[in-house]
Amino acid sequence: MQASVAQVWEWLDEVPDPEIPVISITDLGIVRDVAWEGATLVVTVTPTYSGCPATGVISLDIERQLRARGVDDLRIERRISPPWTTDWLKPEARARLKAYGIAPPVDGTAVAGVTSARAARLTGARAPVCCPRCDSSNTEEVSRFGSTPCKAAWRCRDCLEPFDYFKCI
Amino acid sequence: MAPSLPDMMSAVGEPLAPGAARPRADAPEEADLFTALCRLGDNSLILGHRVSEWCGHAPVLEEDIALANIALDLIGQTQMWLGLAAEVEGAGRDADSLAFLRDAWHFRNILLVEQPNRDFGHTMMRQFLFDAWHQPLLAALEQSGDARIAEIAAKAGKEVAYHLERSADLVIRLGDGTEESHARMQAALDRLWPYAGEMFAGDGVDMRMAEAGLFPAPEALRATWRATLDEVLGEATLIIPASTWAQSGGRQGRHSEHLGHLLTSMQWLQRAYPGASW
Repeated sequence: MQASVAQVWEWLDEVPDPEIPVISITDLGIVRDVAWEGATLVVTVTPTYSGCPATGVISLDIERQLRARGVDDLRIERRISPPWTTDWLKPEARARLKAYGIAPPVDGTAVAGVTSARAARLTGARAPVCCPRCDSSNTEEVSRFGSTPCKAAWRCRDCLEPFDYFKCI
Repeated sequence: MAPSLPDMMSAVGEPLAPGAARPRADAPEEADLFTALCRLGDNSLILGHRVSEWCGHAPVLEEDIALANIALDLIGQTQMWLGLAAEVEGAGRDADSLAFLRDAWHFRNILLVEQPNRDFGHTMMRQFLFDAWHQPLLAALEQSGDARIAEIAAKAGKEVAYHLERSADLVIRLGDGTEESHARMQAALDRLWPYAGEMFAGDGVDMRMAEAGLFPAPEALRATWRATLDEVLGEATLIIPASTWAQSGGRQGRHSEHLGHLLTSMQWLQRAYPGASW
């Protein structure tokens, strides 16, 4: 008997992101579709960043989870459009990121690629990234890129702790 | 009599390393599109590899991580561009065989991206000159009449927006920095300047792709690029060279000596152990 699509989504809710295990792949918003094509289950996944090394591991983890639940006939498809955005991160996942020590994305701060965005940032005219440990908004960016492609390195000027910021894209 | 270079190219190119731009009399549009996609994919591949050479060698840890991330983005974009190129070609190749089994004269990247890293400032200047062009190029490609091209450009464009912000920041910080860093950035700009003009020098492939509504005409991107340079390099207190003389040839497969050396390192494993996989 085929599992319902809703059941498959619940199983996928249990697959952790390999780099940030406190959130699941469905929290991250990268599972775009689940559908049966006859006897074949098709799971459509979008990459966060085009070169993210976790992408291959995520496909393996999905396959392992679904096979363990008795789905033998499955196909994982990659879809790049529309491109992944941090807007798809579930609200409850944002809270879990913060509890884990990663500042969640500040919506509306994605770089537009024009130097006016840089000017706005240099003059401080943008929403602050708050320290996930002490909630201070007295923070600064150390580097635009962090331990994974989706994060940036920041530090808190009050509690002096460095932290990862899940950057907006 | 020694064989001429083109003779050697055809002899070496078949059948182990089939050429990148074999003319296809039956489908000239596909041949043009294949070349145009290789130009995009080869730019991101060669620059991505160059940037990855910094891994473990950058001046500070944060910059090491940032460079590795940018290299990853570029190589991820390469998989999409060369994957589509292979699909368009329809000759049974894939992104990996295009990346690892072509020789230097079949690469279509601009000469700028194969230039050696030299010092960190030089690497950042090369990156900035490229990013300031790459970003508006991808924005224009989002309007391509080919949905596959538009989708890849939309995905890559979001990443490249961050690349441009970062390289612009660092060019300003180093240009408007100490006497030493300023001198190094001005020297980097002067050295790289002759390689920038190739971005805007269109040929027949570009003209036909622009007429078909698939790619922007190269010259159309110059004003946006120049405006970014004026703003950022001005703030960096650097002087843009007045010369308009430009090196050319990379997009047609005529490369500097540097590319061959890069390929010996990048392609070594697939050449030594054909078909090897993880």
